[in-house]
Amino acid sequence: MNKKKIFEFLGFFSLRICLYLVLAVLLLFVYDIGSKGAGTLSWEFLSQAPRRGMTEGGIFPAIFGTFLVTIVTAILAVPLGIFAAIYLNEYAKQTRLTRIIRLSIRNLSGVPSIVYGLFGVILFVNILKFGTSILSAGLTLGLLTLPWTITASEEALKTIPNSYREGALALGATKWQAIRTNVLPYAMPGMLTGIVLGLARAAGETAPIMFTGAAFFLPFLPQSLSEQFMALPYHLYVMATQHHSIAQVRPIAYGTALVLLLLILLMNLSVVIIRYRMRRLKRE
Amino acid sequence: MITSKRTSLTRIKESAIKAFFFTNGILAVLILLGIFLFLLYTAIPAFREIDIIEFFTSKNWNPTSPVKEEYGILSMITSTFLVTLGALVIAIPIGIGVASYLSEVAHWKVREIVKPVIEILAGIPSVVIGFLGIVLFGPAIAKITGQSHGLNAVNGSILLAVMALPTIISISEDSLAAVPRAYKEASLALGASRWQTLMRIKIPAALSGIIAAVMLGMGRAIGETMTVLMATGNAPAFPSGFLSSIRTMTATIAIELGEVPYYTTHYYALFAIGLVLFIITFFVNLVSDLVLHKFQEREL
Repeated sequence: MNKKKIFEFLGFFSLRICLYLVLAVLLLFVYDIGSKGAGTLSWEFLSQAPRRGMTEGGIFPAIFGTFLVTIVTAILAVPLGIFAAIYLNEYAKQTRLTRIIRLSIRNLSGVPSIVYGLFGVILFVNILKFGTSILSAGLTLGLLTLPWTITASEEALKTIPNSYREGALALGATKWQAIRTNVLPYAMPGMLTGIVLGLARAAGETAPIMFTGAAFFLPFLPQSLSEQFMALPYHLYVMATQHHSIAQVRPIAYGTALVLLLLILLMNLSVVIIRYRMRRLKRE
Repeated sequence: MITSKRTSLTRIKESAIKAFFFTNGILAVLILLGIFLFLLYTAIPAFREIDIIEFFTSKNWNPTSPVKEEYGILSMITSTFLVTLGALVIAIPIGIGVASYLSEVAHWKVREIVKPVIEILAGIPSVVIGFLGIVLFGPAIAKITGQSHGLNAVNGSILLAVMALPTIISISEDSLAAVPRAYKEASLALGASRWQTLMRIKIPAALSGIIAAVMLGMGRAIGETMTVLMATGNAPAFPSGFLSSIRTMTATIAIELGEVPYYTTHYYALFAIGLVLFIITFFVNLVSDLVLHKFQEREL
C-alpha cells in the first residue's frame, strides 16, 4: 500500500518535472533574446536602414517589407478562408466530397513550408511571371496561411447556435440572408482572432519567401508590389548565418530576433484586445 | 396575401451564392492537387539525366562537380530521419508527460495558464528557434562534447523537439480528456492508485490520439527547414551519428535553390527532392489524420 503511494508521488513528480522543463526552455528563449536584444533596440534601430555593409544602422526596410508582404498574404488568405469556411459550415452536407475537402485542408496545414516555397517559384514566379517580388512571396504565404484561416473561421462559425439561423429562416429569410444577418456578425470576432493568429505565423515564416521575393539587402524601399523586399525573418537568417562578419553583427541579429518576437507577440496581444472589446460590445 | 413561394430571381441568386462558396470550399483540394502536380511536372525532367534508382540509393550529392555530377539523396533522407528520430525521442516522453500532468494532476487554474503559454512556444518563428540553436545550444553542446562547434544532429533534434512539443501536448491532452470518466472511476474504485490509473487505463485508452499527435509532430519535424538549416551544420556527407553535422532534404533545397541556374538538371533535381518531401509528409499527415478522426468518431 505504501509502495503504491511512493510510486504515485514519484510518477506525478516526474510529470511535473516535464512541465517545468518545457516552461524553463520557453523562459530561457525569451530571456536570452530579450536580454541580449534589448541593448540594440532603439528608435534609430527601428527607423533606419542598414548601413556600412549591414554592420550598422537599423532594420526599417525589413519591418516595412514584412508589413507589406503580410498585407498581400491577408488579401489572399482572409476572404478565401472565410468563404471556404462558410461553405463547409453552412452549406456542405456530409458527403464524400466534403470529407475530401476537410481532409485536404488538414493535410495542407501539414505541407512543409519550403514545399510551398517551391510551389510559389513554379506558379507565381515562373508561370504567372510575377518574378521574385512582394506579390509572389505574399501569395505564396497566402496559400500557406489558407488552411489556418479556414479552420479558424469554421471554428468561429461552429460556435453560433443553430437557433440564430432558424430564427431568421422562420421569419422568411433566405439561407444567405440568414447567414449574412444572423451568423456572420456574431462569428466575426472569433474569425478575426483566429485569422490574426494565422497571419502572425505567416509573418514569421522564412522558407517560403527565400526564393519568391525576399532579398539579402536592398538600398531602397520597394516602390511597388513587383519589386523584391527585405523581411524580418529572412534578415535574421542572413544576419545569423550569411553575413561576412557574423560575430560583429550578432547584436543586430539579436535585435532583429527581438523585434520579430515582439511583432508576433503584439499581434497575439491585439487578438486578446479584439476579443475583449467585442465581448463588451455584445453585452451593450 | 403573403405568398410563400419565392420569386425565381431570389432562387437563382441563392444558388449562385451557394456555388460561389462551393468554389472556395473546393479550392483546398485544388491547391493540394496543384502542389503535387506542379512539383511532379517540374521534377520529371530531372530524370532525363539522373537514374532514378541511383537518385534514391546513392549517398553522393554533388551536382556542381566539374568531373562527374552526382545526384544521390540517400544521405539527406537519412539525415532528415535521423534528426526527426532524435526529436521524437526527446519530445514523446516530455510531451506525454506534460499532457498527462495537465489533464490528471494540475489544478484547472494551472491548466488555464499553462495552455496559452505553450501556445506562445508554438508561435515562435522557426528562424528564431534556429538562431537560438546557433547562439544558445550550439556552444553548450560544443562544451559538453568537446567538439569545435555544436552545430550537429543533436542540436537540430533538440530544437525540433521544442517545435513539435506544442502539437504533441495539445492533441495528447485533448485525447486524454476525451477518455470517458467511467474508466477512471472504475479503476479507482477497484483500488488502483491515480498513477496506476493514468498509466494502465487512461494512456492506453487515449493511445490512438497520442499516436496521431506524435505523427503530426513528426510530419512537422520532417518538413521543418530553417531550424535544421541553421543549427545542424550542413555537411552533405552521410551521417555517422547524432554528433555529426548533417544536411537534411529541406536544408539542401534551401541552400541550393538560391544559386542554381533555372531549368538545369540540378534545378529539376531540387524539385524532385521537394516532391519526395511532399510525398513523405503527405502520407505521415494522412495516416495521423485517419487515426485521429477514427478515434474522434469512436468517442462520439
